[in-house]
Amino acid sequence: MAIRSVLSTRTLSGLKETSSKLLGFRGIQTFTLPDLPYDYSALEPAISGEIMQIHHQKHHQTYVTNYNNALEQLDQAVNKGDASTVVKLHSAIQFNGGGHVNHSIFWKNLAPVNQGGGEPPKGALGGAIDTHFGSLEGLVKKMSAEGAALQGSGWVWLGLDKELKKLVVDTTANQDPLVTKGASLVPLVGIDVWEHAYYLQYKNVRPDYLKNVWKVINWKYASEVYESECK
Amino acid sequence: MAASSAVTADYVLKPPPYSLDALEPHMSRQTLEFHWGKHHRAYVDNLKKQVLGSDLEGKTLDHIILNTYNNGDLLPAFNNAAQAWNHEFFWESMKPGGGGKPSGELLALLERDFTSYEKFYDEFNAAAATQFGAGWAWLAYADNKLKVMKTPNAVNPLVLGSFPLLTIDVWEHAYYLDFQNRRPDYIKTFMNNLVSWEAVSSRLHAAKAASSSSA
Repeated sequence: MAIRSVLSTRTLSGLKETSSKLLGFRGIQTFTLPDLPYDYSALEPAISGEIMQIHHQKHHQTYVTNYNNALEQLDQAVNKGDASTVVKLHSAIQFNGGGHVNHSIFWKNLAPVNQGGGEPPKGALGGAIDTHFGSLEGLVKKMSAEGAALQGSGWVWLGLDKELKKLVVDTTANQDPLVTKGASLVPLVGIDVWEHAYYLQYKNVRPDYLKNVWKVINWKYASEVYESECK
Repeated sequence: MAASSAVTADYVLKPPPYSLDALEPHMSRQTLEFHWGKHHRAYVDNLKKQVLGSDLEGKTLDHIILNTYNNGDLLPAFNNAAQAWNHEFFWESMKPGGGGKPSGELLALLERDFTSYEKFYDEFNAAAATQFGAGWAWLAYADNKLKVMKTPNAVNPLVLGSFPLLTIDVWEHAYYLDFQNRRPDYIKTFMNNLVSWEAVSSRLHAAKAASSSSA
């Protein structure tokens, strides 16, 4: 069911500093905007400081605020036994909860160059990428092409299919988390291709954003997630 | 916009019926340069390339839109065709010195179908603000009634059995340079300062004529 899939422990595994206690009997634990582990301007010139600030302080914050409101309303509806309101809140939870989940992963997927941003993955993940995509360049080419071709708003992902034990590239629409494409999918790298992620800097030229974002992708984090999921 | 019966069709990037800086300060020239000059142009150019050599070649835009919607399981040419149509419709939905309350027959109909202009205004604003992700909000006409609709990505009322009368583009590229994340401010500015009620009225007349001729 949609709510469970958004709030599964899998998707929250990377969000250690965010509170994980949800929908407690006596009221709910709300979510907060995570801090970025780097300055807004630290990803320049790949992503401008202006974009990072608005993206984090406005867009992500709005998802958090609206997610908390929706969960508050959900709690009340559940306690009242108001089934139709519970169902009606599903899309607000998927949009805003998904937005919070996805962006929390995204900030960890990025790192300044002087903190390893752009450094190719080594170890197990590097090997798996070569096995499944031929090379890192092959993966980058595929993800960039799928990201550029996505109509409207969404994300392009590198994921691990835990069941089939293989890497996959997939896209999701709007703020749907990767898990909505398959319950056994774990996100390793997500690239936001909503226009707000690049417009002030790259305008209509999404392919240029996709070319440059790889220079600040944090493969260390992706490797950590991959290795912990492969145990 | 009635479907034409032309045997061949040329897909044209029509300029807006005003200069690119004429909507300032409500919609900047820079926005028009990118939104019309790059985004809309790309939909037209890509559509031409896409239909070349296919059985859609030479068909009107309306024909392509209606035949590629496929009940929501979109065929490849839908996005470019619908977005080319939607953007031309959008430029013509605005004018310099526009916005505010309409008068005459249009106001009477809005009051009939929404109780008051203010209720219509609130409903249109809400639709535009709550269309999640990319899409459009519309005033449309169907079954002799006006209604507000919102659609995702490239979808428009034509494929949903309604006559479009007015639209606002709520893809982020429509407002990001001028308003960044503040979509509600953009929507208010559009309603207060940009809407061409003349265009809406003439579209309503065409819609009524088309309905009664097919009755």
